[in-house]
Amino acid sequence: MNFETIVGLEVHVELKTDTKIFSPSPSHYGAEPNMNIHVKDLAYPGTLPTLNKRAVDFGMKASMALNCEVADVMNFDRKHYFYPDNPAAYQISQDKRPVGQHGWIEIEVEGKKKKIRIERVHLEEDAGKLTHSDNGYSLVDLNRQGTPLIEIVTEADIRSPEEAYAFLEKLKAIIQYTGVSDVRMEEGSLRCDANISLRPLGQEEFGTKTELKNLNSFNFVRRGIANEVERQEKILLSGGKIQQETRRYDEATGQTVLMRVKGSANDYRFINDPDLPEIHIDQEWKDRVRAEIPELPDARKARYVQELDLPEYDAHVLTLTKEMSDFFDATVAAGADAKLASNWLMGEVSAYLNAEQKELHGTALTPDGLSSMIKLVADGTISSKIAKKVFKELIETGGNAADIVKEKGLVQISDEGTLRAIVTEVLDANEQSIEDFKNGKDRAVGFLVGQVMKATKGQANPPMVNKILLEEIKKR
Amino acid sequence: MTKFTAEDVQYFANFARIAFSDQEAEEFSELISGLVGFGDELKEVDTDNVEPMTHPLQLFNVLREDVPQDVLDRDEMLASVKEHEDGMIKVPNIL
Repeated sequence: MNFETIVGLEVHVELKTDTKIFSPSPSHYGAEPNMNIHVKDLAYPGTLPTLNKRAVDFGMKASMALNCEVADVMNFDRKHYFYPDNPAAYQISQDKRPVGQHGWIEIEVEGKKKKIRIERVHLEEDAGKLTHSDNGYSLVDLNRQGTPLIEIVTEADIRSPEEAYAFLEKLKAIIQYTGVSDVRMEEGSLRCDANISLRPLGQEEFGTKTELKNLNSFNFVRRGIANEVERQEKILLSGGKIQQETRRYDEATGQTVLMRVKGSANDYRFINDPDLPEIHIDQEWKDRVRAEIPELPDARKARYVQELDLPEYDAHVLTLTKEMSDFFDATVAAGADAKLASNWLMGEVSAYLNAEQKELHGTALTPDGLSSMIKLVADGTISSKIAKKVFKELIETGGNAADIVKEKGLVQISDEGTLRAIVTEVLDANEQSIEDFKNGKDRAVGFLVGQVMKATKGQANPPMVNKILLEEIKKR
Repeated sequence: MTKFTAEDVQYFANFARIAFSDQEAEEFSELISGLVGFGDELKEVDTDNVEPMTHPLQLFNVLREDVPQDVLDRDEMLASVKEHEDGMIKVPNIL
């Protein structure tokens, strides 16, 4: 029997506000434990939530960028559970009336485009962080308690681990462009759970699903889903039944491991939060937020292909992060050829960033710097070999390519007289190679070119060296 | 009238990590049944085509600007917890 894979994702994204969603305590990553706290975060008696306006704006902005309808009226609800990561014993969330509904984003897998529908986007608060120790205690840090989140819930439209990966890649890019979150999985500002089930091909009804947690990178999402599909398939093929349960992906073994069986214990007893009045969102508010949304990745990608004539692949890679795409735009605006700028950014620049584990803003490279270097290569002032030296200087200490070339004396030697004199010297010193060449050993030319390059510290214009060398050999 | 049974009491007590004896569960069952009874009266009202009300006051869009203020001093907070370690609150392990 063949099965179809059915996946729905739940993605939590932390919003980049200055304060928490329901208290004016600062909200940023990396503070000392319990330094970002307010009486409301600790649910001290008599404290009341106060809704952060920017968190609402950000929730609306993300919803719009994900093609959702934004609510005219929304409210907040309490979701009850007992755990020390949340002193109130309820999380303030949105149940029936979320900020955004009925959205979609388009993904592309193996050249095929597909829309993945988004059921809803809702605003809620994050919980604190627990560190478990071996001696029977846990340590509670409430800095994260109250950090604004949006939860993005997809419809069960995803049909493979690769589609899940493509969805997350696209979602991350879109959210990052809107500027509402850093969407860094390694810092927990993007977290993903997957609901996975199988059904026999042709069957309409969904099978029993399992929920997969602890997916800490896009690759783990892909591998975790693939592994869970395999596990379910084995059970179904041997006549077994899937149990509704929560599983955890184990990075070390690549397997999914049972966490808990879902029973009737999940009764969150949602009620409207009477501490928070309704939010009415009128057209003017919506228009103002919509006007703040910048050009999104798909629009940029299309512009790069249509207006700048870049290949689809280049356009895709360049638009994966807003930083890279903005840098590319600025480099082209500074006068660099688009395809050359793309080659450098996808090649040398990306290789450097990967090797050094840095991001563009962590280097000294500027769009003007990169553009100045590309222009010097294009007009023949420096060879592409010298360009690599200049590039290293630009990305490590910054500046302008023309100044570096002048300072270090790296200008390409294209003067015919100068080159001919050097070629003559090299030939005089290498009689044997001339002999070899005349006896049909073409490789000898390569050796001679190399000697000229060595004598000029790599600055000789390579096509001219070739030409002059052949002329001079013929004369002998 | 809706009966809120002793089993219902135990079901919800479990969420709140409260232990009730059988006798206590019976007592609360009667008390809460009385409260639920008030709610039953409301069911007699025809609410078709009435939008649910989420707040008793005609108040909406109460919003705060995104500016940090009133941060609680950590030492002050820790002074009121039973045990702490490295600036964090120590609680019994629950998992």
